[in-house]
Amino acid sequence: MEHRAQGTLERTSAGGIECRSVRKAYHDAAEGTELVALDGLDLDIEPREFLTLLGPSGCGKSTLLNIIAGFEKPDGGQVYLDGRSVTQPGPDRGVVFQDYALFPWLNVQQNVEYGLREKRLGRAEIEETTRRFIRMVGLTGFERRYPHELSGGMRQRVALSRVLAINPQILLMDEPFAAVDAQTRVILQEELQRIWMQTQKTVVFVTHSVDEAIYLSDRVTVMTAGPGTVKAIVPIDLPHPRDATSDAFNQYRRKITQLIEVESRKVFAAASTVTAGDAEASPA
Amino acid sequence: MATGNVVTGPAAAQLGRGRLAARLRPGRLGWKRNLRRLLMPVALLALWQVSASFDLYDPTFLPAPITVLQSLWQWMFGERTAFAWYSGTWLEYVYLSTSRVMIGFAIAAVIGGTLGILIGWNELVADLFDPVVQWLRPIPMTAWLPFATFIFGIREGAAISLIAMGAFYPIVVNCTTGAEQTPKNLVRAALMLGTPPRKILLRVVLPAALPFIFTGLRLGIGIGWVLVIVVEMLAVKGGIGYAMWTAYQFVRIDLIIAAMFTIGVLGLVTDRLLLAISRRLLRWNTGLRAR
Repeated sequence: MEHRAQGTLERTSAGGIECRSVRKAYHDAAEGTELVALDGLDLDIEPREFLTLLGPSGCGKSTLLNIIAGFEKPDGGQVYLDGRSVTQPGPDRGVVFQDYALFPWLNVQQNVEYGLREKRLGRAEIEETTRRFIRMVGLTGFERRYPHELSGGMRQRVALSRVLAINPQILLMDEPFAAVDAQTRVILQEELQRIWMQTQKTVVFVTHSVDEAIYLSDRVTVMTAGPGTVKAIVPIDLPHPRDATSDAFNQYRRKITQLIEVESRKVFAAASTVTAGDAEASPA
Repeated sequence: MATGNVVTGPAAAQLGRGRLAARLRPGRLGWKRNLRRLLMPVALLALWQVSASFDLYDPTFLPAPITVLQSLWQWMFGERTAFAWYSGTWLEYVYLSTSRVMIGFAIAAVIGGTLGILIGWNELVADLFDPVVQWLRPIPMTAWLPFATFIFGIREGAAISLIAMGAFYPIVVNCTTGAEQTPKNLVRAALMLGTPPRKILLRVVLPAALPFIFTGLRLGIGIGWVLVIVVEMLAVKGGIGYAMWTAYQFVRIDLIIAAMFTIGVLGLVTDRLLLAISRRLLRWNTGLRAR
């Protein structure tokens, strides 16, 4: 009895992700072509790890994130969460979208409450939790505002707090800071860093930015140009908070930039010989 | 402060929140601006009245505004006698026309709204019903009139079914578009936050489609007013259209104008009513807002 209870607790609270030979292809019926986004990708993500997926456009980063989220089904292979295979989206995996995906008809308070209501929690608990997470992202006083009344950075804070409120073990973030200005991005990165340290969640973070990847991650996964597989995994062995101007940071930057450039050139070469569309844009 | 969405889609434009220029410099002139807007209508009315009073044209063809007002007054509050066929019937006719439009519109809103959302969201429903809607839609509503009168006779059924059908098309088409354009990421976000798939329609698709739904409703009720006049002229007794047709037969242009004015006001009132409801429900969709 005791053993079983403990076992269940470990399983639900771990947050490890295993991707086993994940394959995903998109068919273009009109042109009769097939675009392979992911080709037998293997990747193990440790519980409580901050892992970034980095690679050129069209390498299938977002596709992989969508498969882990349960939004898309792989054509081959399987993704496991703590040993259970992923079949559908669920509140154990909080997703933060690049376009925020806030419900425009709900105000800040209602957006953050949304997941808690779906959990059918009591009124008092919903209010208390909502207040806490709105405070955590620094939006106290903005509860009655609608998303269109907020700046991009504020909207992304709401999206983050909406997800944190349901307390998922895993955070999946798809270029969350790509649409906000540079100053706001730095602040949001620092906040995310702090929140990640506090809450001990597994984070899978998709980005184009090498600096962002090095600043935030335990490990940076560099992906090959489409079809996407893992090209290299670079563990970042630097203490937090990281100084982007330090020598050690710069060495990582050089190493990872070189890895990516090789892949970007491949995409460029392919694009100039075959006039193909943006591989990632069409399925997304 | 973020500017928000400058343009929030075709729906917002059609909902008529005023022209872009007016939205960009809101109420700078205030009451002066309102006064300025009254200038042309008042001037035209005055010109009409003056040219009638000085016999600048033959008033048999176009009676003066005062004459129209007097006839309208008689129509509204006059005594009901056997000789004055129109006197005192106004309220009853307004009630008849309004109730026909409202019943037809309500039927169209319920059926068209439900079907439209389902066509836009569910592939099976779309395949079953969308072709029928698309094939029947090009037939003008007025072309149904002889058919409907033949089936229902000169009765309420003909009037209401025609109004319902006319209002149905813009509602169903707009609701379909509204449901179809539900952002995919909003559906994903809801699923991720724990909404069961069967509740997505209610929680996400319906609110996301609301701006389009209201566009459809406003177009629908507009068509309802158009059709009620046609139907009352040809297929049923009583109502503003009936009064107008009778006035035509008695060559009472003053009463025709009074009926035109009446129907215009009724249409305006229902449209403003819908607009007020939509503004209340769609505060989140106000787009560029003056602060």
